[in-house]
Amino acid sequence: MSGNGTGIGASVKRKEDARFLTGRGRYTDDINLPGQLYGYILRSGMAHAKIGAVHTDAARAAPGVHAVFTGKDMEGVGGIPTGWLIHSKDGSPMVEPGHPALAIDKVRYVGDCVAIVVAETAEQARSAANLIDVEREELQAVASIEAAEADGAPLVFDEAPGNVCYDWEVGDRAATDAAFDAADHVVSIDVVNNRLIPNAIEPRAAIANYDPATGDYTLYTTSQNPHLVRLLLGAFVLGLPEHKLRIVAPDVGGGFGSKIPHYAEEAILTWTAGQLGRPVKWTCERLDAFKSDTHGRDHISTAKLALDADGHFLGLHVTTKANLGAYLSTFATCVPTYLYGILFAGPYTTPAVYCEVKSFFTNTVPVDALRGAGRPEATYLLERLVDKAAVELGMDRVEIRRKNFIREFPYQTPVALQYDHGDYDATLDLALKAADWAGFEGRRAEAAARGKRRGIGISTFIEACGIAPSAVVGSLGARAGLYESGSVRVHPTGSVSVFTGTHSHGQGHETTFAQIVSDMLGVDFDAVDVVHGDSAKIPFGMGTYGSRSLAVGGTAIYLAVEKVIEKGKKIAAHLLEASAEDIEFENGSFTVAGTDRSKTLGEVALTAYVPHNYPEGLEPGLEETAFYDPLNFTFPAGTHIAEVEVDPETGEVELVAVTGADDVGRIINPMIVDGQLHGGLAHGIGQALLEECVYQDDGQLETGSYMNYTMPRAADLPSFNINHNTTLCTHNPLGAKGVGEVGSIGVPPAVINAVIDALRPLGVNDMSMPATSQRVWQAIQRANG
Amino acid sequence: MNDFTYHAPTSLDDALAALRGAEGGTLIAGGQSLLPIMKLNLAAPTDVVSLAGVAGLDGISDDGDSVTVGAMCTHAQVAGSATVQGRIPALAAMADGIGDAQVRNAGTIGGSLAHNDPAADYPAACVALGATIVTDRREIASDDYFQGMFMTALEDDEIITAVRFPVPARAAYAKFANPASKYAVAGVMVADGPAGVRVAVTGASGDGVFRMAAMEDALRGSFSAEAVAGIGVSSDGMLSDTAAGAEYRAHLVAVMAKRAVEACG
Ligand SMILES: Cc1cc2nc3c(=O)[nH]c(=O)nc-3n(C[C@H](O)[C@H](O)[C@H](O)COP(=O)(O)OP(=O)(O)OC[C@H]3O[C@@H](n4cnc5c(N)ncnc54)[C@H](O)[C@@H]3O)c2cc1C
Repeated sequence: MSGNGTGIGASVKRKEDARFLTGRGRYTDDINLPGQLYGYILRSGMAHAKIGAVHTDAARAAPGVHAVFTGKDMEGVGGIPTGWLIHSKDGSPMVEPGHPALAIDKVRYVGDCVAIVVAETAEQARSAANLIDVEREELQAVASIEAAEADGAPLVFDEAPGNVCYDWEVGDRAATDAAFDAADHVVSIDVVNNRLIPNAIEPRAAIANYDPATGDYTLYTTSQNPHLVRLLLGAFVLGLPEHKLRIVAPDVGGGFGSKIPHYAEEAILTWTAGQLGRPVKWTCERLDAFKSDTHGRDHISTAKLALDADGHFLGLHVTTKANLGAYLSTFATCVPTYLYGILFAGPYTTPAVYCEVKSFFTNTVPVDALRGAGRPEATYLLERLVDKAAVELGMDRVEIRRKNFIREFPYQTPVALQYDHGDYDATLDLALKAADWAGFEGRRAEAAARGKRRGIGISTFIEACGIAPSAVVGSLGARAGLYESGSVRVHPTGSVSVFTGTHSHGQGHETTFAQIVSDMLGVDFDAVDVVHGDSAKIPFGMGTYGSRSLAVGGTAIYLAVEKVIEKGKKIAAHLLEASAEDIEFENGSFTVAGTDRSKTLGEVALTAYVPHNYPEGLEPGLEETAFYDPLNFTFPAGTHIAEVEVDPETGEVELVAVTGADDVGRIINPMIVDGQLHGGLAHGIGQALLEECVYQDDGQLETGSYMNYTMPRAADLPSFNINHNTTLCTHNPLGAKGVGEVGSIGVPPAVINAVIDALRPLGVNDMSMPATSQRVWQAIQRANG
Repeated sequence: MNDFTYHAPTSLDDALAALRGAEGGTLIAGGQSLLPIMKLNLAAPTDVVSLAGVAGLDGISDDGDSVTVGAMCTHAQVAGSATVQGRIPALAAMADGIGDAQVRNAGTIGGSLAHNDPAADYPAACVALGATIVTDRREIASDDYFQGMFMTALEDDEIITAVRFPVPARAAYAKFANPASKYAVAGVMVADGPAGVRVAVTGASGDGVFRMAAMEDALRGSFSAEAVAGIGVSSDGMLSDTAAGAEYRAHLVAVMAKRAVEACG
């Protein structure tokens, strides 16, 4: 690992930006197939209704229309599956209702797919859809957790009494109860984790094609994981064998989790293309994206922390209710459980932790992973509670954290995870210094002189990335493995193609992975290209989410490169008339140890493909594949500090500074890593201050456009002060941990703790996300009595 | 969006003729209000008549005791105009705070006034400054022009050609913007000009722009922030939405009024 100009550790400019910045990216909507038709999905405008006859004659007769299909037409086709089986406390499996791609007897949320209209143009399909008459009987909707659990609440599914999907737990309840019995102090908190709408800049899109001559299906789709879509769509929904179904996820403009799930539209399009024998294209419009892309978060929790007289944490008890929406999306069930409950040790030595989660069906868009997926929810709760404990015990907010930090590794938490390594003091110290924590009171006073209330807030967190290993997640209910694949093909003249099962939709894999391979093989960075996103080209892989791509996918590539080098040594040894054990590989050359006799990688590659003078018994070619199943999660950690100024007259919160000290493991490309941190921070700040998905009681989406759903913009954000303290992951050869979700996990509690710190002198001790000006003003009014 | 016939006249007469000849015609200026509602099928005109090429609707002139702004001037042009900045800086600053850069580069003063969105900024400026709306056939005083949410004194086929703003002795605009849309949640223009002391509020009421008589009286007595600071604003009739309930909005009107007076210097 030389760390040269383009190697590991260098801020190489991104390969992919040449096409993105010049408008030459090739997104799904840029793809057009000869003879293609356009599909328009008619969506339910009611949150909960029985549907009777669907009259489509007028739509079928409209200009340009080729076909209209409804739920009845697709009856018999498999439903959309979910990827993780959760068991309740009593051992019973979760309630897992069917999810027809097109609604059959009932619609269950505003946005539910009712029919597809296929026409010559998108406009024709759209206007014809207006002519469809759906006989409906509106039912009372349950649009929130509170409504879902109310006595006598209407049922989203008859088979789910109380609208409960499962009632899950993790940790030792008896031990935790005992910790509370022995405690000197108990601090409790109620928190809501606000529901978010992901808003990737590229709306979802798909084109499906069926070739009657070969029986092959191809689906181009905006997905973070093409093989997962192939598995679910092929095996579970349409019953198509893998070799007849090709999934291509080309350039994808952001996912944030919302492009992980296999969506009904993908099944509808592919099935429709098969029916018509012509390609069918669909591009979601923004307003439909608001009500059909999976949403994120949406928890209501109550928690308590037991402490001894000195402020050591003794026990933590968390009770959470989670909203899963109207159907079980691909990873919906594991996000509030195995990506949430097992995070509650945080960076602390709390010896007893117990978390119970009850998840509900509601008449809202299905909820699934959103950047951080479970970990932001856990971190927010824990870091709010720790701050509250400091205040109630009269302790310093930093000292209470330091007092409870884990310092011996590996560390087995009471909630399943085993942390391999970390240094939480180092990131805390770094952040305190970089943020000038010590000088804050001066800044508070200066702001007060201007009539502003200034506050500072902190969050010290760990997260768990690269969910693994497969055998363990399988035993917990995962219906897929969580390994990754990588192939390295050295071409005859020494350039390299790398195939990865991960998918890049903003993360810069084409650059980062090329840096690793070029560094390891000693070939030019420009001589390495990374191929991803096409099930016909790449080995079976699990895609990109959970900050897994480098730690899991990068490691698979690393292992494949090692295999290439091992084989190269045999070829070089033959050419150099030496023994393979004596060959050393460095900077692209195979050298007989202790001599100046060597062969370049290019010479070895050419020999592998023109094997005239070649080792006996060795296969020609220089191409290797590795599948890597990690031994454990990776555990990025860090400290985030936020500083705000509140205008007490209007309640406006200005975020004036954000400082991060992060340990994300080995950094391959510092520029890309900082970019990921910036994006994650913007996302987390959006959740803390701006973004809130609101449903009306009748299940209508109130915040259904950018007129009232507030995405963070550049002007809402300060310049970020990012710092790194790197410790290496101990169980993958790159030492990589993960960075894509860090910002959205770490920063929200720091921001809210800062707002509360600013307002505490006014008597405000609590604040919900997002801390909008109205919410802050109301809190000040309440405190004033 | 439905199909429609597009007209690109070059004179006011041709524009009027196209409009009158259409079954359900509408004018388009910057399209920043019209196109969103057409996309939502809330408007489905048979004919769309563009004012972009119509002569005589552009330009900003300094007429001594007033400044005249052509109907097709974009918000960015008003914000960037040396004349407006020099004579009525509050108007330039107001225009600079409309929406975002894209909206300011496309949206026009004529379109904004014709549309009369209850959360638009120009209505407050027009009423506070006592502006006159000039059309193809007459001049309309601001006090008569705004007739409630999305309602104006314009006839169906009437075209705004310009807006004339008297130059005030002092004026300032304070706006609390919706964090998502950037429209006004509460926008208050305070002016001390030829029309007297005026306090005009936009964004807050379901009836559109309105004046705050109690504040105007107080300011006539003493033009100072203290004079208006104690004057409460009732939440009756205030708009209520995700960004601001009626009570908070009423409070913001009071705060913005005070800040506008302060900014008058
Ligand atoms: C994201 C966004 C944010 C915005 N934020 C703000 C804001 O903060 N403050 C604000 O004030 N506005 C805001 N707007 C509205 C913006 O200022 C519009 O440009 C303006 O309201 C309409 O002007 P236009 O030129 O685009 O008119 P158009 O959309 O073209 O037309 C609007 C209406 O006016 C009619 N019309 C246009 N010109 C004339 C004329 N000369 N005579 C007669 N009728 C005419 C049209 O027939 C149409 O009915 C925002 C808009 C958007 C999209």
